[in-house]
Amino acid sequence: MRPVIISGAGMIPFERRDEDSLVDMLAMASLNAMDDANLGDRPIDSVYVGNMASGLFNHQVSVASSLVDRLSLMPAAAERIENGPASGGSAIKNGYLAVASGYNDIVLVVGGEKMREVIGPKATDIVACMTHPEAEYIYGVTLPAMAGMYTRLYMEKYGVTREHLTLVAIKNQENGLLNPYAHIQMKITMEGILTHPQAHVNSPIVADPIHLYDCCPVSDGAAAVILTTVDIANELNKPLVSIDGVGQATDTQTLQERSDPTDLKAVTIASEKAFRMAGIKPKDIDVAELHDAFTILEIAESEHAGFFPKGEGAKALKAGETRIGGKLPINPSGGLKARGHPVGATGVAQIVELVWQLRGEAGERQVKKAANGFSLNFGGFGNNVLAFVLRRKS
Amino acid sequence: MDIELEATLRPPELPMAPYPPKVITLATGGKLVVRQVDREVVPTLLNAVKPTLEVSRDYYDVVGARLYAELLGWYRHRVRDEFCLVGQIDGLLVGIVNSRLYSPEVCISLHTLAIERGLRIGAHLFAAKMEYSIEYLNQDEVLITAESPIGFRRWMIEYGLEERDGQHELGGATPYALTRELYFRNKDRLVAGERPVPKELMEVAEREIIVASEEDILEKILGVKRREK
Repeated sequence: MRPVIISGAGMIPFERRDEDSLVDMLAMASLNAMDDANLGDRPIDSVYVGNMASGLFNHQVSVASSLVDRLSLMPAAAERIENGPASGGSAIKNGYLAVASGYNDIVLVVGGEKMREVIGPKATDIVACMTHPEAEYIYGVTLPAMAGMYTRLYMEKYGVTREHLTLVAIKNQENGLLNPYAHIQMKITMEGILTHPQAHVNSPIVADPIHLYDCCPVSDGAAAVILTTVDIANELNKPLVSIDGVGQATDTQTLQERSDPTDLKAVTIASEKAFRMAGIKPKDIDVAELHDAFTILEIAESEHAGFFPKGEGAKALKAGETRIGGKLPINPSGGLKARGHPVGATGVAQIVELVWQLRGEAGERQVKKAANGFSLNFGGFGNNVLAFVLRRKS
Repeated sequence: MDIELEATLRPPELPMAPYPPKVITLATGGKLVVRQVDREVVPTLLNAVKPTLEVSRDYYDVVGARLYAELLGWYRHRVRDEFCLVGQIDGLLVGIVNSRLYSPEVCISLHTLAIERGLRIGAHLFAAKMEYSIEYLNQDEVLITAESPIGFRRWMIEYGLEERDGQHELGGATPYALTRELYFRNKDRLVAGERPVPKELMEVAEREIIVASEEDILEKILGVKRREK
């Protein structure tokens, strides 16, 4: 397979965007990525749209076809890729394969979701449609409920505390303040959401033991990248950031079928595949974007991806190792917790952030000397996971 | 103006025990001072309400227009038994709530306007006016309606309010009631605040009600990235 370069990266601010349709958002992010790539009038061969549930959220399907028409990209091939909250990552993987295989030379990958069209409980219900219909959904299980049970188990097994969870929230919201694309732009404190006797009013229980500030917001947004060959990337005169590793793995749909529900096997396997393909180790990574839809997931994923031994992720967090300026900055973008989590957009937005970091274009949140980046897009409750290793080429 | 005639147009007033100020620690660690204000400060409050008249998002225009009229009516003695609480952070006005006594036993919740968003300012101030009615005015219940879906979720759903027949004074949607029993059942979960307010915080709050610029108010309501109105 031939190398694949990310020549363009763009997104739009994640937030509540009442006035924009899903296709509007996809188009704006795509144009930003195309402009960034200096594409000019070069034709795009294929368009992959990562989107989880436009039919349910927006009563619209075939959004990829709609997007190519909106942008006048015909006759480019166009498909919507759905893989739950890992739809964006799956779209990236498909775009990667199209260029790497020689089937396409220039591919647009865009992820987006417009979730705020419905009220919060409805959005939670739509996202819960990814759970097992007979074994989970029918009993009222939602993703926050699963995260609550998972967090409790992880706390008991590894000694993670609510203070650790709160440290994730505080760190990522601080990072979000440095990211103009982040949905949540607010610094929070340990006192305000945990230690004050009345902090439970500010951060009420969502699903014990997780509280409001342990959860990502419900957001609208889109992000896009242009994938090309090395030759075309050189013609476009952009810094070369390549996708060197792609890993994907699945696990049982239901948590209770796993021998140890705290063990995120698909995260471990997908990460190992990506590192093996890239020919580097977790210790070689300079910056990581992990899928912190709930605070516990950043800690658990940092261990399962191989950055820290099991049970050590929370300690590294507390020691400041995962802050910008630390040994391994995790989620300098603010992560899902602060940047937001328009589900279909997230996997692509993680890649956009890594491109900016590896090019040295991340502004105030720039990780110094970042050369190798890692992202993890977590589908279902860890039952379909994608991992990527990106590298800056000299 | 015929002063005697004007005086006859002023409604009688029920006695109201004062609302003791309190301070709430927010998620940011900031200190929200919640206190009762007199009608003399209404012109200042109106400066904060006026920009919302142009904001259709989340029905701020409807809430703002009605609140503007209620505060002005109170200022000019044309509303009966109204009270108003404000929330301030370092003196800056971040929210306004008002209600009116329908009788010594029943209160009518009027409006809740959060200028700062994302910190449960509106929820904290709404809880404060419920606290005032039930705990300090010793009323039996508060009649409530909502003009926005956010309001419905915050009041009707979070408090589990009881549906009532008839019509709320604001018209529109069905009236709901917060009874004493419902209030005390929800108090630990939804009503925050500490008393007394430290002297230095209270002095800052009372020294001046600082009103943000129109642009800042719109930015706070519409989001940090200032979307279209």
